[in-house]
Amino acid sequence: MLAYIVRRILYVIPTLLGVNVLVFVLFFLVNSPDDMARQALGEKNSDPVQVERWKEAHGYDVPLFWNGNASGIGRVTKTVFFTKSLSMMWGDFGKSDMTHESIGDEIIRRALPSLCVTAPIFLATLLINVFLAMLVATARGSVTDRVTQFACVVFMSISTLIYIIAGQYFFAKLLRWTPVSGYLPGLDCWKFLALPILVGVISSLGSGIRLYRTLFLEEINKDYVRTARAKGLPEWQILFLHVLKNAMIPILTNVPLQLLMLMMGNMMLENFFSIPGLGGYTITALNAQDFAIVRSMVFLGSLLYVVGLLLTDICYSLVDPRIRLG
Amino acid sequence: MVEIWNSWWFQNTLVGLLVVSGIAVVLRLRRREYWRLAYREVCRRRGAVICFFVLCLYTLVALIDSVGWRNALRDENGELMRDPRTGKVVYDRGGSALDHLLKGISSKKEKTYSSPMSRESFMLESVNRDGKVLRERPPLKHPGAHLLGTDRIGQDVFCQALKSIRTGMVIGILTTLLAVPFALLLGVASGYYGGLVDDILQYICSVLSSIPTVLFIASFMLIFGRGLPQLCLAMGIASWTGLYRLLRGETLRLREEEFVQAAVAMGVPSWRVLLRHIVPNVMHLVLITAVLRFSSEVLAEAALTYLGIGVGSDTISWGTMINDARTELTRDPIIWWKLCTAFAFMLGLVLPANIFGDAVRDALDPRLRTQ
Repeated sequence: MLAYIVRRILYVIPTLLGVNVLVFVLFFLVNSPDDMARQALGEKNSDPVQVERWKEAHGYDVPLFWNGNASGIGRVTKTVFFTKSLSMMWGDFGKSDMTHESIGDEIIRRALPSLCVTAPIFLATLLINVFLAMLVATARGSVTDRVTQFACVVFMSISTLIYIIAGQYFFAKLLRWTPVSGYLPGLDCWKFLALPILVGVISSLGSGIRLYRTLFLEEINKDYVRTARAKGLPEWQILFLHVLKNAMIPILTNVPLQLLMLMMGNMMLENFFSIPGLGGYTITALNAQDFAIVRSMVFLGSLLYVVGLLLTDICYSLVDPRIRLG
Repeated sequence: MVEIWNSWWFQNTLVGLLVVSGIAVVLRLRRREYWRLAYREVCRRRGAVICFFVLCLYTLVALIDSVGWRNALRDENGELMRDPRTGKVVYDRGGSALDHLLKGISSKKEKTYSSPMSRESFMLESVNRDGKVLRERPPLKHPGAHLLGTDRIGQDVFCQALKSIRTGMVIGILTTLLAVPFALLLGVASGYYGGLVDDILQYICSVLSSIPTVLFIASFMLIFGRGLPQLCLAMGIASWTGLYRLLRGETLRLREEEFVQAAVAMGVPSWRVLLRHIVPNVMHLVLITAVLRFSSEVLAEAALTYLGIGVGSDTISWGTMINDARTELTRDPIIWWKLCTAFAFMLGLVLPANIFGDAVRDALDPRLRTQ
């Protein structure tokens, strides 16, 4: 068991290294520091002198891989790859290209508002979807089931944009229950978070219910359910005590995947509701063509995903003794 | 590269090739009993058939909008205009067949907003009448001509929605066409050969799939610029990993099957085993994934465009339409028609695609059926 966990943790390192190299290729080989400088300075003042000055000010004036002018270990460390890309492996994200603020500090500052949006959405979505899917699974084959199935497909077919715009229009503009957008630090933030969370939950209902319903129906046809029925257990007890317990295993594996998907919804919600989180940070950086921030966010995103996957695998092997540790 | 993509000869050839190869695939599949059964299974569901026709309608509009030509410019006397230096005939910017068809409506520009089928402008204007200044709605230049109203700069919303169909369909189809060959080739090779090939491909796959899709597309678009071909490429690269894993697993299972073992024992070369025995047996998974993914790609385009990482604002798409329409809801009285049109046209494509996709999945793989 321990050996498995250690091996699994060690596998994270080459994956992250691969991501790091890929990000480097995209951001430094395809789009060279010269191009970056020209894009940042604009067409008018991008003569070679200014490009060099910009590169020097932002630390891009060293060679990409191998610094022949330096001595000793500096040949490797005084390169763009080492200072700008590899350093992200130990959490040094460097400074923004535009504002010169430390990206690491900004990430820490913006993580809380982001979490305040995604965590409640994630929890509420999981609970509501599992509960509703359970109800639908009890009524399988009936008219209610078919109507719900159709409703789920319709819900899935509507763009998140529409959910957000409609939510803002009805709840904020017509009913005036919540502010349209904005954010306050501290406990008052719930007023601003209520609408984004509601929209986030509603937009995931369709696909969520469908997914969990399929999972439950797979379980319902198994032998232990027949045994439980034969014992004379009431249907709700079979579902909520026996089936749920077993169906939770594939749901558990879905957790990091869901977290990953929330990042996108997160970007959308934060952008629409002007919440100062990480998603909004990325969007601002994209529009300002701030390569340093985008680079850091790509790496941070993969880091979170890889770690999430690692935790899931470990949970999975702890929860389900049938999993062979190959 | 973008110039070639935008030239009509390239578009026409591409569309022609796609249509011909599509027909060829259908004709070939019809010869096999397995696919005929699946076809019959899908046809038994009336909803799926209706959805299929809706999808065909959308495809038709997209096809009409994908082939086009340029007209030679003529002077007042009807003579062909020629370049004074080279003597070559001068052409206009050209347009798709749909552009030529819609010329009657799209050329009827108004000054600004007007509601659907309206005879007067939506905006109040100050009019000086007999010395008194009155606020009233001026009549439109083309009253009643705009089925779904006009937008801020007086363009017909219905035309825009029709033009958006192509963008959506291109995203849905081209992304799949880019991702599927990759996933099929690598997945089958990875599962069949195993060993070092498998290790390397699995590593690449795990690296690619650990980058969040949105962020990958975002950085891709940031570096290569916004546009429809770039977006398709980015989404294609980001999305082959899921299908790759599925096909790898299925190939691992098939490799141990008796008919494959028999073929290997009889000395059939491995490429032939792959082509004749493995690939036909995973094609149903490819088709299911392709059909089911189509709708999510259309939806993703709108979201990405809104975030500023999709197609550029010069390409008409449902994403750009919704983006424009968003501020219109804050006006009083609200301007709802552009948003509602984009929403309705999008739902009209995505909903049938989802329902049809479910039917195809149930027909091809009864194990995956949602009871």
